[in-house]
Amino acid sequence: MDFSYTDEQKEIREQVLKFSKNEILPIAQELDTHETFPLDLLKNAWQLGFVNTSIPAEYGGVGFKTLDSVIISECLAYGCMGVNTILMANDLALLPIVIAGNHEQKERFLKPFTEDYKIAAFCLTEPGHGSDAAGVKTHFKEDGADLIINGEKMWITNAGFADLFVVYGTIDAKLGHKGLSAVVVDGKSQGIKLGKPEKKMGHKCSDTRSVTFENVRIPKENILGNLGEGWAIAMKTLDHSRPLVASSAVGGAQCALDLSKKYAQERIQFGKPIAQHQAIQFMLADMAMKVEASRLLVFKAAWLLDEGKPNTEASSYAKAFAADACMEITTDAVQIYGGYGYSKEYPVEKLMRDAKLIQIYEGTSQIQRLVIAREVLKY
Amino acid sequence: MNIFVCIKQVPDTETKVTPNGDGSFIETNSIKWIMNPYDEFAVEQALLLKAANAGATVTVARVGAVKDTESLRTALAMGADDAILVEAEDNLDSYMTAKALKGAIEKSGKSADFIFTGKQAIDDDCLQVPQLLGQMMNLPSVSVVVGFEANDTSLTIKREIEGGALEIYEFSAPAVIACNKGLNTPRYASLPGIMKAKKKPLLQLSLADVSVSAEDRRIVYTDFQLPPEKPAGKTFSAMEEGTQQNVVSEVVSLLRNEAKVI
Repeated sequence: MDFSYTDEQKEIREQVLKFSKNEILPIAQELDTHETFPLDLLKNAWQLGFVNTSIPAEYGGVGFKTLDSVIISECLAYGCMGVNTILMANDLALLPIVIAGNHEQKERFLKPFTEDYKIAAFCLTEPGHGSDAAGVKTHFKEDGADLIINGEKMWITNAGFADLFVVYGTIDAKLGHKGLSAVVVDGKSQGIKLGKPEKKMGHKCSDTRSVTFENVRIPKENILGNLGEGWAIAMKTLDHSRPLVASSAVGGAQCALDLSKKYAQERIQFGKPIAQHQAIQFMLADMAMKVEASRLLVFKAAWLLDEGKPNTEASSYAKAFAADACMEITTDAVQIYGGYGYSKEYPVEKLMRDAKLIQIYEGTSQIQRLVIAREVLKY
Repeated sequence: MNIFVCIKQVPDTETKVTPNGDGSFIETNSIKWIMNPYDEFAVEQALLLKAANAGATVTVARVGAVKDTESLRTALAMGADDAILVEAEDNLDSYMTAKALKGAIEKSGKSADFIFTGKQAIDDDCLQVPQLLGQMMNLPSVSVVVGFEANDTSLTIKREIEGGALEIYEFSAPAVIACNKGLNTPRYASLPGIMKAKKKPLLQLSLADVSVSAEDRRIVYTDFQLPPEKPAGKTFSAMEEGTQQNVVSEVVSLLRNEAKVI
């Protein structure tokens, strides 16, 4: 067993964190206030190779292991969890293609993402079906060599800017998860209707909308795997993406801890820095423990995946623990800042708002516990 | 065109530096090392020059302890072609460092057309190595450089002087150019760059290989101490009506006679 970063991982961490602290963190507050989609920043990150890290080398990507990807994701989220949501949504949408796409599909869909900065969106959730993913109503109808899509998707990250959508639907809603299928839809296809950008509590720089598919016609060559294999693809995607989302929580929590530590050493009350009061020390100690425990769970889940071992349970540990810990840590950060923490003049209230979403998207903390309980009770 | 960059690995700017047990140097075990920030401008300038000259190569050289090679790796990941590490204690003086760098450049087997360095290292702040290196190699050297233009080997160099004014030098390469903040914006290493870096050659030399011995030492560190703690400041209260005049007189008198600042 070895808990150290490789030399290469150390270097990756250093560089991405430096980028995050110099280029993302200083503008995070402003992006939040004005709900700006930071296209220049995203392109900059893409040029440095920080985006779409799961695309295999044979299709022009870096073909990083999940362990490397979660290190990068943590460092980007340190600067802004919202910016990382935009970048991660690309991975989430491209993963089904990496996992289930054939050679021709990978050439056609993944390669363009390595040649230019492009944006992808993952469409699973619907107005009536979030956690209950097997119940999606979006309908795929076979029509000769084509497939016709009808349905509405909800809370779709990147929707307004997407060059490509990965859409989950069913050939027959009565089949439940056995009917679920995944397809790739070109962003310029006829019949795609975008909703207005959602007004959100946090992650405000990311673009979130509903997407309606009205008789959208795609060739059958865009089906990932076979019709009816969508459930397996979705579950495998989540095994990959949950450690990634959890790492975002680690990055946000680490930022909250660092800010709190600094503030507690500067803020004087009762004649000494509040960091010298035991009440604050205990809070900082708890925060530090939770950050490290979250990080280790994330690394374990990612490592299992890279080793080709089942990681569903570990992924859910990481996702639930890191998201809940991030919520607690950012809430404590606001507490340590006191009145200033509640003010938008200081950075921690944004972290608290951003943390909340990580407990919700990519499987709520409750869904993760259901998954964990199912695994626990197996034996 | 053979371009060299000399870099130093220094404690991270947020490090709390403490003397080691016997006071002979600083405690180096718990330090997080970074590339000297001024050296980043040197690496960037070398890479810009390389990009403008087909076939040019950038060799990055460092003298120091072997346990951490992050700075060299970072320079390679940014785009340098190869690296030389002269293994040595971290407590060399400027003369030994310059002599070791000269030896490293000579050992590379390439004649240097350009040598870039930072204007100073932020740890010991000696500001001597670039000038010593120029002297030892019999090359012109300019420090605190904020402007660099090269037309083949003829150079126009701007350096900052007192009061923000600029001195402009025109001369020919080869030369030693010591870079200052403002010269350029150092790039980040890209992920593909980091992947490529591990396959790039790193030549490891000892001090003996570059003909540096203990006799070259010009400065012996005798004792490292933390600065004395500042005494607590004086506070004056002038809240009560009628006390202001006395307090102001007292403060002025203290500033004049005790602090001797007015």
